[in-house]
Amino acid sequence: MTPVLATSDLAVGYSGRPVVEHIDLTLLPGQALSLVGVNGSGKSTLLKTIAGLLEPISGEMKVFGDVPGAAPNRVAYLGQFHAAAEGLLPMQVRDVVLMARYRRRGLLGRLTRADHAVVEASLERLEIGRLATKPLRALSGGQQRRVHLAHVLASEADLLLLDEPTAGLDAGANERYAQLIREELDRGASVAVATHDVRDAARADCVVLLAGRVIAAGAPRDVLTQEQLAHAFGIALLAIPHGDHTDLIVPEDAHAHDEHGMHDRHGHA
Amino acid sequence: MRSLISPFLNNPFMTRSLIAGILVAVSCSIAGTFVVLRGLAFLGDALAHGVLPGVAGALLLGAPGVLGAAVGAGLMIGGVNLVTRKSRLSSDTAIGLLFVGMLGLGVMMVSRSTSFTGDIVGILFGEILGVSRSDIVQQAIALVVVGVFARVFARPLLMLSFDPEQADIAGWPSRRFETLLLLMVTVCVVMSFQTVGTLLVFGMLLAPAGTGALIARRVWAMMAWGALFGSLSVWAGLLISYHFDLAAGASVVVVAVALFFVVFTIQAVRESLAQRRTGSVAPVG
Repeated sequence: MTPVLATSDLAVGYSGRPVVEHIDLTLLPGQALSLVGVNGSGKSTLLKTIAGLLEPISGEMKVFGDVPGAAPNRVAYLGQFHAAAEGLLPMQVRDVVLMARYRRRGLLGRLTRADHAVVEASLERLEIGRLATKPLRALSGGQQRRVHLAHVLASEADLLLLDEPTAGLDAGANERYAQLIREELDRGASVAVATHDVRDAARADCVVLLAGRVIAAGAPRDVLTQEQLAHAFGIALLAIPHGDHTDLIVPEDAHAHDEHGMHDRHGHA
Repeated sequence: MRSLISPFLNNPFMTRSLIAGILVAVSCSIAGTFVVLRGLAFLGDALAHGVLPGVAGALLLGAPGVLGAAVGAGLMIGGVNLVTRKSRLSSDTAIGLLFVGMLGLGVMMVSRSTSFTGDIVGILFGEILGVSRSDIVQQAIALVVVGVFARVFARPLLMLSFDPEQADIAGWPSRRFETLLLLMVTVCVVMSFQTVGTLLVFGMLLAPAGTGALIARRVWAMMAWGALFGSLSVWAGLLISYHFDLAAGASVVVVAVALFFVVFTIQAVRESLAQRRTGSVAPVG
């Protein structure tokens, strides 16, 4: 089976300067990968490199057995931030999601009924069907995030790269997101998520803990330990055992030193 | 009422000006829509002025001004790309440097020449009232070229406007399509400078598309509104110029900018009233 993603001694960064080095990863179809770390730890840089938006600095990286960016129809990417033009862009929600089908039809190929059906289904899966004709710029930040997630789903890609996908989502939307990711994995897609939400990361098959370098990589149970998380986040997390799992909680007295928005984050490991 | 139409019916030069102006307005609204959405107004401005030394050089050598303008625009785009890529300077610094450099060079060339057939005012403001049939044909060609570009590359240009990274992911490199967009702007500038001038073509790139952005819900509607507002500006500007003996090209652009502020004010008042209404029915406590 060709791995969806395979890296060997990979270094990623900007302008020739590495942000993270010595990355060895393999992701198979239907598997989920979580990249965990504080801001600036290299999560987004790695995701962008997998997406083909950045050149690897050194080492090897294969996406679907080829160089990153060689299979645009098979990769979908949700960035952490979106272009400033969105505040101005006169585009309806449905049109934004429909753009996910452009790559399949090329420059002038007609969009099919199936394309439109996928778009409608994606809108419904994110529970934003009623917003379909609303201008994107009229939506709240959380609603816009759902539109971007619908765009990713509508691409029907084999590899979903999601950078902080739950940022701005409320609790209900968060649960819906977790369910959608399970559905995507069930259909055989692979998912790589950059997050600093430990609970979200714990659902993955493989977790990579980053802090400018790879601190640990492997199964969540082995990686998301109190000691390694303290190393990655620079603060101690309280471990509260609950039968078959452990809750990881940022302690109150750590908040004074928290520079990375980790307030009240809970995690299971 | 007759005074709104008769100047165009009774004076062939006004008819030609109106047709050429509307062709400029429509092609500029197509390219201008993407310029506004991508936030490339400064580069558009620089491009419009960067053609000046090219035009001056061509006229001095006896070559067509259009050719010189194309060379000037090419140098401008190439220079901005080079400085941005090879230095740590931001693109607006690179654009600013080339902008003043090219403009200064153009003025130097014009001031040195005693045999210069045009003048700086003519290049900057054009001669919309002196439009010939061949100018109209040239404008029509520009409109067709820009229109075909916009249709064929609509999807990458839309994705570029939405998010350049999404265009890259889709296999449509944002850099390449941004250059294509600049090529569209160049066609507008180069083919229109004789009609409305380099300064005013920039106004037609921004003002109608900007006005369209205030009211449109879709990108194509923004273009259509831009074309409508642009054409309206041409008609009203020419009329103002005719009846009050004012500079025609400048009148057109002033009307286009004024229309923007009229629509902007109406929008602001409507939004403020809507907010007040929402506030008055909101539960208190």
